[in-house]
Amino acid sequence: MTAPTTDRTADGADRRGEPILSVRGLEKHFPIKGGGLIKRTVGAVRAVDGVDLDLYPGEVLGLVGESGCGKSTTGRAILNLQPATAGSVVFQGREIVGLGRKEMRPLRRDIQLVFQDPYASLNPRLPVFDIVAEPLIIHGLTKDEKELRSRVRELVETVGLNPEHTNRYPAEFSGGQRQRIGIARALALQPKVLVLDEPVSALDVSIQAGVINLLEDLKDQLGLSYLFIAHDLSVVRHISDRVAVMYLGRIIEIAEQEELFTRPAHPYTQALLSAIPLPDPRRERARQRIIISGDVPSPANPPSGCRFRTRCQKFANVLSDGERELCMTVDPKLETRGTGHLNACHYAEATSVL
Amino acid sequence: MSTLGTSGTGASASGATAVGASSTGTLSQAGSRTTSLGGFDANAPLLQVSDLNVHFPTEDGAVHAVRGVDYTLRSGEVLGIVGESGSGKSVTSLAVMGLLPGSARVTGSVRYRGQELLGQSDRSMSRVRGKGVSMIFQDPMTSLDPVYRVGYQIEETLRIHDKSLSSKAAQARAVELLELVGIPNAGERVRSYPHEFSGGMRQRVVIAIAMANQPEVIIADEPTTALDVTVQAQILEVLQTALQETGAAMVLITHDLGVVAGFADRVLVMYAGRPVEVGSVEDIYYEPRMPYTLGLLGSLPRLDSSTKERLTPILGAPPSLLNMPPGCPFAPRCPLHIAACDEAEPPLLQVGAGHQAACIRTAEVAKAHGHAADVFSVTGADADLIGVGQVADLTTTEESRETGAPGTPPGDQTEPGAGGTTGRTGSVVSPEPRPTNGDRA
Repeated sequence: MTAPTTDRTADGADRRGEPILSVRGLEKHFPIKGGGLIKRTVGAVRAVDGVDLDLYPGEVLGLVGESGCGKSTTGRAILNLQPATAGSVVFQGREIVGLGRKEMRPLRRDIQLVFQDPYASLNPRLPVFDIVAEPLIIHGLTKDEKELRSRVRELVETVGLNPEHTNRYPAEFSGGQRQRIGIARALALQPKVLVLDEPVSALDVSIQAGVINLLEDLKDQLGLSYLFIAHDLSVVRHISDRVAVMYLGRIIEIAEQEELFTRPAHPYTQALLSAIPLPDPRRERARQRIIISGDVPSPANPPSGCRFRTRCQKFANVLSDGERELCMTVDPKLETRGTGHLNACHYAEATSVL
Repeated sequence: MSTLGTSGTGASASGATAVGASSTGTLSQAGSRTTSLGGFDANAPLLQVSDLNVHFPTEDGAVHAVRGVDYTLRSGEVLGIVGESGSGKSVTSLAVMGLLPGSARVTGSVRYRGQELLGQSDRSMSRVRGKGVSMIFQDPMTSLDPVYRVGYQIEETLRIHDKSLSSKAAQARAVELLELVGIPNAGERVRSYPHEFSGGMRQRVVIAIAMANQPEVIIADEPTTALDVTVQAQILEVLQTALQETGAAMVLITHDLGVVAGFADRVLVMYAGRPVEVGSVEDIYYEPRMPYTLGLLGSLPRLDSSTKERLTPILGAPPSLLNMPPGCPFAPRCPLHIAACDEAEPPLLQVGAGHQAACIRTAEVAKAHGHAADVFSVTGADADLIGVGQVADLTTTEESRETGAPGTPPGDQTEPGAGGTTGRTGSVVSPEPRPTNGDRA
């Protein structure tokens, strides 16, 4: 996006036009059942615990975080594949949360999902033609067999595969080619939004690059918007216009791509960026690394106050006891705090770590 | 190599410990290695692999998974082995450790301190494993035994190689080792079972086991691949500690070019079961000579670059290791391909001091100076290709929807095997007529 910075808001969004997808206070809790004969709910895994997001037409919003932070669950709850516990998802002016399967069906044409694992997301017993044609048949979008054939042909060509090979089965294709088939299937209904859940993480780098380039081209040519969920920050930086960082079910920082990577303000974002090794020996060896200790706490029992404080290097090494009190008692809201973009840290400070 | 544990990597290690919490304990025997294994020549090269070949019989014929790997590991160095999945990097190290299934046919030579390891009985290999050469596996979820306490698993390693060690001393040392790899409350955690640990903690235990007997060589096979980045950073730190404490040399197998950049002294790039380029870490990253290495670097999105430079994917897929055709195995995907490439597979040729590449067109690759877009040019070709040939009109079925402008994606997306679409000539990206693009560089 090449909008002048004055148009931007604190979350880095270019606010010209309405968001195509608007998420507010999204929560997805999974109940924990107790033992015994009669199963009682004894707690909840708060996988997604209050997420706000806006996706604007034609933009790529990256959603990053470590495993278990709730990024995939967020994607699924947005698509209503797993009904949200609370919150609202407004897609093109229509509330999705609470809609039944039948009511969702017409909406599914406009918002599609690309899965992570191209080995598991394609039916091994269907030839590629049937896989790509299935959504068209289900939604009754083609009049006759001939039109169906030409549509599938176009779709397969669009993703850079040879249409002669649509009678083959998924097993005959490489991982990268399979992911292209998954993308062709998602494009079949001419959606406006694609939710891409780790679309390239199962692929080798040289293949991954081809799929990333394809996604960029498709976005430009078809005017798509992407919610790009990934754990690889290099990929996210490459493809995204804005990036949201998740930790333990919450978004803890969101900004325009350039801003987030050059001036991260939340200690978690800083640690995350600093932990990623650069493929450049001189720069990599000269880097000062921030290493955070421990593992992600259980989302069934998140820490009080700031959820990151148990691993926070700032909390452990920089803050005074008085300052820590605030971290332990008050849950930080997403605010700008003078850093120029939204973050959820009481003591946010934009610094460069790359 | 630029010495691990002294100047080169030592600097990065100390820099890396900004807020680390690792090196708390110290090994009681640290520094004084309990000599090399008996019967081995301490002056011979540490680990010497020559002409290693591995075949796996399958119903369709023998899969030649490793096709002539040669390397020498010098003491104290970290050798990074990189390559994509299926390039044979893991099989190579399993062959070194003698851990391949019985059906695998292994030929060539693996010498540890002058003694041949290939063909040895499992019993005599057990003397070497853990003590001379130890291994860290990728998945800490499966490399620990779920039914034994972690302390017991460490003690087992210790007592197998030192029969005189009392159970009490072994226990004490297990605690020491756990402290060293940064496990808090090690005294209590020795009695935990693997399932009580997180993935990162388990990998720490695996590292503790690998360093327990002060081995001279540690082979780490994708030690951080199953872990999140913040945990990966912790584990790399622990590995650094392990190397400093044991003084061991390391073979680090990974597909992550970032990890290798920070950790290795020398790098060996594998493709289709063979090393295609070997050199110092700086040679490989800044002056690669093999088109594959260059392509690999160009297809990496960069975290530290804000310019949205287009990635340069390598077309196609690695060859099947069943019935390899003659000629360079990378030729079908190579933008610098010429007729001579199909005649014979190039051996590793010397291209600089300690730098070898298996390519006959290294002079052309050299001109790119590590800048992949010069050789794997897609950005220039892209513009020409859009709109060429057929147009995929995605708006045919419904007029009411105004999806964006129709068009085909550039042909560089096409993977051979699925074939190319029609009529796109004169570009690097077309799979059929392969132009000699060498003069482009």
